[in-house]
Amino acid sequence: MNLDLITSTFIIGVLAASLRLATPILLAALGEMFVERAGILNLGIEGTMLIGALSGFLGAYWTGNLWAGVLAGMLAGILFGLLMGFMSITVKANQVVAGLGITILGGGLSTLLFRLAFGLRTTPPTLDIFPTLPIPLLSRIPWIGPILFEHNVLVYLALALVPVASLVLYRTHFGLKVRAVGESPDAADTRGIRVELIRYLCLMIGGAMAGIGGSYLVLGSLGLFWTQMTAGRGFIAVAVVVFSKWDPARALLGAWVFGLASAVQISLQTLSVPIPSEILLMLPYIITVIVLVGVSRRAEFPGAFAVPYYRGGKE
Amino acid sequence: MTAIPKPTKTIDWRGLAARIWPAALAVGLALLFGALLLLASGRNPIEAYTALLQGAFGSPARLAETFVKMTPFLILAISVSVSFRCGFWNIGAEGQLILGAIASFSVALLLKSWPAVVVLPLSLLASVVGGALWSGIAGVLKARFNANEVITTSMLNFIAVYLLAYIVNGPLKDPEGFNFPQSSLIAEAFQLPRFLAGSRLNIAFLVALVLVVVALLFWRSTLGFRTEIVGASRRVATHVGLNVNRTVILVALITGGVAGIAGWGEIFGIHYRLIDAIAVGMGSLAVVVALLGDLHPLGMVVSAFLFAALVVGGNAMERGAGVPFALVDVIQGSIILLVLARAYIFRGRRS
Repeated sequence: MNLDLITSTFIIGVLAASLRLATPILLAALGEMFVERAGILNLGIEGTMLIGALSGFLGAYWTGNLWAGVLAGMLAGILFGLLMGFMSITVKANQVVAGLGITILGGGLSTLLFRLAFGLRTTPPTLDIFPTLPIPLLSRIPWIGPILFEHNVLVYLALALVPVASLVLYRTHFGLKVRAVGESPDAADTRGIRVELIRYLCLMIGGAMAGIGGSYLVLGSLGLFWTQMTAGRGFIAVAVVVFSKWDPARALLGAWVFGLASAVQISLQTLSVPIPSEILLMLPYIITVIVLVGVSRRAEFPGAFAVPYYRGGKE
Repeated sequence: MTAIPKPTKTIDWRGLAARIWPAALAVGLALLFGALLLLASGRNPIEAYTALLQGAFGSPARLAETFVKMTPFLILAISVSVSFRCGFWNIGAEGQLILGAIASFSVALLLKSWPAVVVLPLSLLASVVGGALWSGIAGVLKARFNANEVITTSMLNFIAVYLLAYIVNGPLKDPEGFNFPQSSLIAEAFQLPRFLAGSRLNIAFLVALVLVVVALLFWRSTLGFRTEIVGASRRVATHVGLNVNRTVILVALITGGVAGIAGWGEIFGIHYRLIDAIAVGMGSLAVVVALLGDLHPLGMVVSAFLFAALVVGGNAMERGAGVPFALVDVIQGSIILLVLARAYIFRGRRS
């Protein structure tokens, strides 16, 4: 182990990486927050992110335009959100099982379509990712600059969406309706709020955000696609939402904790710490469990969480 | 929550047909969806499915291989069905299988000069304990801290996969294994007898069938009844004086213990060693098999056979017709959604 490598540059590097690694989880968690606030648990996020990653790759690869990739990821995510909406709102199926089905479908479909498009190759197709965009002046601030202001545009976008989500949720008519539908759909319905419509809209928002989060993995981070590349980030995003107590600002904190765990894990490997890499790779997952346990007992879930709405009482 | 039907005591043919028909329809529609995907990408679905069927049933050896694959699917589905009927959404069968495999392999390693009649039952027991401990973590966290079991069991899957990768790349790596991520072989005396020359079908298949009988008996026992009450409504369960938390922990231990047995079967019946990819994809397959079998032990025998055929045939299809195996994953996901939507589809037809 080489401790001399731990310099200020190294620490800044870890902290900057933690934000980049937090981004896909943050994007998915902000979307899932709307879904859960409206009273639905979408465990299909993992599969939605995968289909978003694949669509992001195909969109950018075929058009040569990275933003077309983001758009494709978003649209595919919305489609999967609508599918979850059909299962949970229209069919009124068990949301846990429906989410699992969507996760399995997303994993299979993304792999299948990728293989049908490119076949088996010794070198996988790659694309150039969004370039780093240092923000003038701000990026020159010592420490803070390189940590916060030297990222690609999608990282800034995710960070900017945190106050936007807060604003929509707490300060708009739509946000009020979302919270009403999640807390007490009966009361919301008698006030003339269209419960099913609001829930469908929230699932579209959640799907769009998970789709963008998935496409970030390809377009903002790795430049290629592989099977099951989300590696549990969709489930981690759901844990972040519980940790956040359904508040966007706290979701940023939650996502950052996991980003930091991943960044530390990666950097410890480069330092050749005498801990096997497989054990270090467990770190983000162990931290997810610990954090989830720490917050779940006192968590106040939305009143109608994961309960299908039957107009005029359960049939 | 979906209404979970109780196993019928006498044979009710009409009820049986009403339960099988939607499942068959779900499978049919999922296969059709897969065919459309292949058509859209310019492949010949008939060619692909022919290769799949030949791969699964084309010769006695292929059929035997289908039964080989059916063994862990059936065991894991029974494991999943117990937890699902309790409303404990365990998706960690993959991790529990891995822990069962590690625990039972350790017994064979530590007691390698002991007689097989001692080591085999002990290793089976160890696999139950290993799997139960892993799911027990999620059970306790659910009961004591209200931690969502879908997230904890999914995280425990990843942790188990890395633990196994560490073990087969580190402390238990086979020194003569050409750097493959695998351990050395267990003693020859511990390797489960096989039925046919040239086939891997072995005693573990009978163990799976015994578990089906045990499951049928379980649902007639007091504990089985308790499990179903907790699954139907925690409020009602509390009202009638059941300790919900204790039932959840107990069910968690049972579901993981059963899943661990699948790990034992893979080690002692198939691979004879720990390999890193021992459980890849089995967690989601277990859920699909259980749901398609309506969480009923006999229903799951049928669905486990069907999925074993899909997987064995799917591998042959990839080799023979060049159609990616991921098609089978797509069919799996579609089947879950179609099985869930069947109530809606059929309600729509009646009204």
